[in-house]
Amino acid sequence: MDAAAAQLAGRAATAVGRGAIRIEDVVKIYDPEGAAVMAVDHCTLDINAGEICMIVGPSGCGKTTLLNAVEGFHEITSGRILLDGEVLCSTENPKAAPGSDRIVVFQNGALFPWKSNLENIAFGPVMQGKLSRAEANEKALNMMADAGLSGVEHNYPGEVSSGMRRRVEIVRALMNDPKVLLLDEPYRALDSLTKSVMHEALLEIYYKNRVTIFFITHDLEEAIFLGHKVAIMTTRPCRPKKILDVDIPHPRDYSVLTSRRFRELMEETNEAVHEEALKAFAAGEKEG
Amino acid sequence: MMTMHMFARWLKSPRPYLMLVGFALFLGFWYLSVEAWKLPRFREMPGFTSVIKEWLSPDPVYGLSIYTAEYYTHIWVSIWRVAQAFFLATLLGVPFGLFLGWSSKFREYVFPVFETLRPIPILAWVPLAIVIFIATESAVIYLTFLASFFATALNTMLGVQSIDESYIRAAHCLGAKNRQVFMHIVIPGALPFIFTGLQISVGVAWFSLVAAEMVSGQYGLGYVINTSYMMVRYPTIVIGMITLGAVGYATSAMVRILGDYLMQWRVRELALGGN
Repeated sequence: MDAAAAQLAGRAATAVGRGAIRIEDVVKIYDPEGAAVMAVDHCTLDINAGEICMIVGPSGCGKTTLLNAVEGFHEITSGRILLDGEVLCSTENPKAAPGSDRIVVFQNGALFPWKSNLENIAFGPVMQGKLSRAEANEKALNMMADAGLSGVEHNYPGEVSSGMRRRVEIVRALMNDPKVLLLDEPYRALDSLTKSVMHEALLEIYYKNRVTIFFITHDLEEAIFLGHKVAIMTTRPCRPKKILDVDIPHPRDYSVLTSRRFRELMEETNEAVHEEALKAFAAGEKEG
Repeated sequence: MMTMHMFARWLKSPRPYLMLVGFALFLGFWYLSVEAWKLPRFREMPGFTSVIKEWLSPDPVYGLSIYTAEYYTHIWVSIWRVAQAFFLATLLGVPFGLFLGWSSKFREYVFPVFETLRPIPILAWVPLAIVIFIATESAVIYLTFLASFFATALNTMLGVQSIDESYIRAAHCLGAKNRQVFMHIVIPGALPFIFTGLQISVGVAWFSLVAAEMVSGQYGLGYVINTSYMMVRYPTIVIGMITLGAVGYATSAMVRILGDYLMQWRVRELALGGN
C-alpha cells in the first residue's frame, strides 16, 4: 500500500469513526409509579458510523421515545446509550444532555417562523459562539447553494414550499457538523410525489456529508429505499423485531424501487410490519 | 412606495365603498330617527345636523367645537394620559407576562393573586385609587394603567404558553442556552399574542380612562362628556363621544401597524395564505 492510499484509507477510517450509536438494553417506562406504561422494552440496537438506519414501526409504537432518549429530551428507565463509545445516558444518569452533535429534524418541522431561512441555518453556530454572524452567514449561504436552496435565503420559512422547508431544516442541522441526524418522520405530511423528490435530495445531501442518520418512519418502502439498515420494531413496548441489512449498493436512485432485489426485500419484511400494524390497530394506540 | 401602492389597491377594492355605505346607513338612521321621524325615545337626543353644526361652528353655542382651543386641550390631555398608562402597562406587563409563561415557579406564586385581582372592575378601584394617589392626575393614570396591564400581561403569558415545544427543543438541540432560547424563541414566538394583548390593552385604556375622568379630573374627553351631561349641553356630549371613537380607532390602528412592522414574517405568511 503506498502512502497516498494509506492516507486515503486513514481518512476514510476517521470519516467512518464518527457517529456510531449503541443502544444497549434500554427500557423506558412512563409513569412507573402509576399506570406504568412500558414504551421501550430491553431494546438493543447498533448503528454503525455513517450509516442510515431506518426505524420502522406503526404510529405510537414507541420509536419516538427511543429518539427522545438519544437526543436527551426524555429520561430512560434503565440501560445505556453510547455515541462513539461515550455514554450519553445510562441507568445511573438517565437523561442525556441535548447537544449539537445530535440534531433532531422534527415531525412537523421546527424552523423558527420569525427568522429567515438564512438566519435559521446560521442559528446553531452563532448561538454556540463558534462562528461570528458574518462567518455563519457565509457558511450558510454556501451550504444553501449546495443544497439547491439559492434564492430563498431571505424568505421566511412560511413563504416556501413544505419540501423546501424540510431541506432548510436538514441544512440547519448539518451546519453544526453533527455526528448524528435524528429524523422523526420528517416526510410524513408530504404528498408522495414531493416525498420521492425529498428522498433523492436527502440522499444527495447524505452522499456529501456521510453523517449517521437515525430515521424514524412507518413507511417500509421509504425505509428500504433509504436505509443501510432497517430495524422493524414491535409495537408498545418497542423492541427490534427484525433487523434487515439492505444489500442494495449506494448511491441509489429511484430506479431501485422497481428492481427485483428491492421487491424481494419488501416481500421479506412486509409481513413483519403488517403484523405489528395489526397489533397496534387492535390496541387502538394513539399517535405519539 | 409600498404604502402608496397598498393605498391605491385599497381604493380599487370594494372595501372603502362598503365602509362608506356602512357609515351612511348609521348616520342616516340617526338623522331619520331623531330629526325626521322624531321617534318618542329619541326626543331628548341631539340630532345629527345639530351636532355637526355645533362641532363645525366657529362660534359654538355650548363652547366646544373644532375652532376652540379648549377642544384640543381635552383631546390632548386624554391622549397623554392614555399614552402614559399604556406605555407603563406595556413596559411592566410584557416582561411580567413573559416570566409568568416562562417560569412555572413564578406562575405558581403569582398567578392566583393575579387572577383574583384581574376581574375587579375598574370602577371598583376608583375610591381606593383616590385615597392612595392624592393627586388626581396620578389616580386617573393609575386606573387607566390597571386594566391595560392585566390585558397585556395575560395575553403575553398565553403567548409564551402557545409556543410549540418543538421550537424550544430545536433551539436546545442547536446549542442555545436558556437565556438565548428566551431571547430568540420565547419573545418572538409570543409576539403575535403580545400584540393581540396590546390591541385589547389600548382599547380598555380608553374605556377606563373615560370612567376615571368622569369621576375625577378637570380635563379630558370623559370629563367633557360628564360635565356636559350635568350642564345639559347635549350636542357636546355627542361631540365628545365621536371624538373618543375617532381617537380610539386611531390609537388602535397605530398598535396594529407597529405589530405588522415587527412581525413581517407573519404578514408575509398571511399574504400567501390568499387573504
